[in-house]
Amino acid sequence: MSNLTLEAIELTRLFGGREAVKNVSFHLEKGEVLGFLGPNGAGKSTTMRMLTGNLAPSIGTVKICGIDMIENPKEAKALIGYLPEMRPIYKELTVDEFLTIAARLHKVPSKQIKKAVDIAKEKCGLSHMSKRLIENLSNGYQQRVAIAQAIIHNPLVVILDEPTVGLDPIQIREIRSLIREIGQKHSVILSTHILPEVEMVCDRVQIIDKGNLVFHGSIDELKQHRQGNKLLVGFTKAPTLSALKDIEGVTKVEKVEAGMYRIHFKNKQSPSEAIVKLSVKNRWGLYQIAPDQTSLEDVFVQLTEKKQKN
Amino acid sequence: MILNIARKELKSLFASPMGWIILALLMMAFGSYYLTGVNNYFEVMSGAIRPAERVGVTIFVGQTVYSIASFIMLFAVPLLTMRLISEERRSQTLPFLFSAPISLTEIVLGKFVGLIVFLSILVFYIFLMLTTLNIWADIDFGYLIANSIGLWLLVASFSALGIYFSSLTQQPIIAAILSFISLFALMIMERFFASDPNHWFAYLSLMKHFQSFSRGLVDSSDLMYFFLFISTFLTLTIRRLDADRLRG
Repeated sequence: MSNLTLEAIELTRLFGGREAVKNVSFHLEKGEVLGFLGPNGAGKSTTMRMLTGNLAPSIGTVKICGIDMIENPKEAKALIGYLPEMRPIYKELTVDEFLTIAARLHKVPSKQIKKAVDIAKEKCGLSHMSKRLIENLSNGYQQRVAIAQAIIHNPLVVILDEPTVGLDPIQIREIRSLIREIGQKHSVILSTHILPEVEMVCDRVQIIDKGNLVFHGSIDELKQHRQGNKLLVGFTKAPTLSALKDIEGVTKVEKVEAGMYRIHFKNKQSPSEAIVKLSVKNRWGLYQIAPDQTSLEDVFVQLTEKKQKN
Repeated sequence: MILNIARKELKSLFASPMGWIILALLMMAFGSYYLTGVNNYFEVMSGAIRPAERVGVTIFVGQTVYSIASFIMLFAVPLLTMRLISEERRSQTLPFLFSAPISLTEIVLGKFVGLIVFLSILVFYIFLMLTTLNIWADIDFGYLIANSIGLWLLVASFSALGIYFSSLTQQPIIAAILSFISLFALMIMERFFASDPNHWFAYLSLMKHFQSFSRGLVDSSDLMYFFLFISTFLTLTIRRLDADRLRG
């Protein structure tokens, strides 16, 4: 059996003639966490709804472990756990009641339901909340219930739409480690608009913008895009621009503010060592030197522009 | 799977005091009509001297209770059906059902069955209440059973129509009003054709078909009418939910 757990083939979705998602194809392997990045309204959620059978694609197919979502929706859906953007929880029930219903609807054999509920609660840190009404839980705990609901039947593919939204930093860390844990055995697709989150959790990344897939690759490739051969350097007694430009490997020097410079250099010829040495020698008063990370917006701009040129 | 959804619906109904209060209030209303029915029977019958004017206690009390029951259900059922789908649409919990390995037909049938089980409790208790007459009199069980079947089919039809209207909107209140108006129209439709009772339009009236049951007659054509009525509206509901998936 191949390791492919999910295949999306040429997915296109029209909303009243407007293309929300255009010709998106990708695949997911077992034991992989795929980050799905994009600005608001880029088509992340639409794609995820198509993957989970909540929305029929206008063109294209979705296959879960080789099972076609449109032809055999029941069999395909049984292999998926989905956390939509708006958490689908029945607030009038208690945590235990809700998770039992979720297990039952996902065809967990009735003898194993109790065990499945316990495992899901434990994984999401909900064990001490069993008898509480979901309505009375805090926002973060409600989000955990929603995540527990998605993993209760031990699905092969877990699809999480912005799972860390509305959580506090400690909870975010816990959820991230949970996602990594799930990702070791199963496949996870995770959508977000927070770039650091993807770098921490995901093995592969794809970026969608205005319905187009603009980037698809491993996390290292994205990091390269992001760092993009630039250094941010600060001096108390700043040298002249030309002095910096003469250093080997430097292609361009920009002044950011008084004493701060952005130094562009040739690929794999980082001048950081030379800058430190020169600074000591000439008493420039170096107080900061760091790779200059571009923001997510800049990466988007770079990638979308590149796509247009192609 | 249908039963699992039905269980979930029942759980939601009984999770809040709502379900219990509705049951209690309705039973209280039916109970008071039962009592007045028994009281009136003695008053009316003591005045009726000729044998032709005399009717059995089952028919007299049964008619009082079942006619008021069908009327009260006209208000009660839309209030119960209004939340079924519109509430899920509003709180965005439909993806929970849609992404589970169950078909739309199972979802809709499950919700329908859940509500019918709830309403069956009422129909059954009305029947039980009327059988207590047997302690003092020799009653006609066939008449009561026919009436119960009729009332059961009637509330099932109300529910099917209510579920359909609930699937159309996000606002439960709008669903309730729409289903009440259309049920009311369907109930009194035959009155508009009083001069021509065999007009095909009058045939569509729910009340016309309930009437034969309330005479104690179980007619297969009436059974068929209710069956078609229910399946039509459940099919429309399934199609409406499918449109969500197709149109987004």
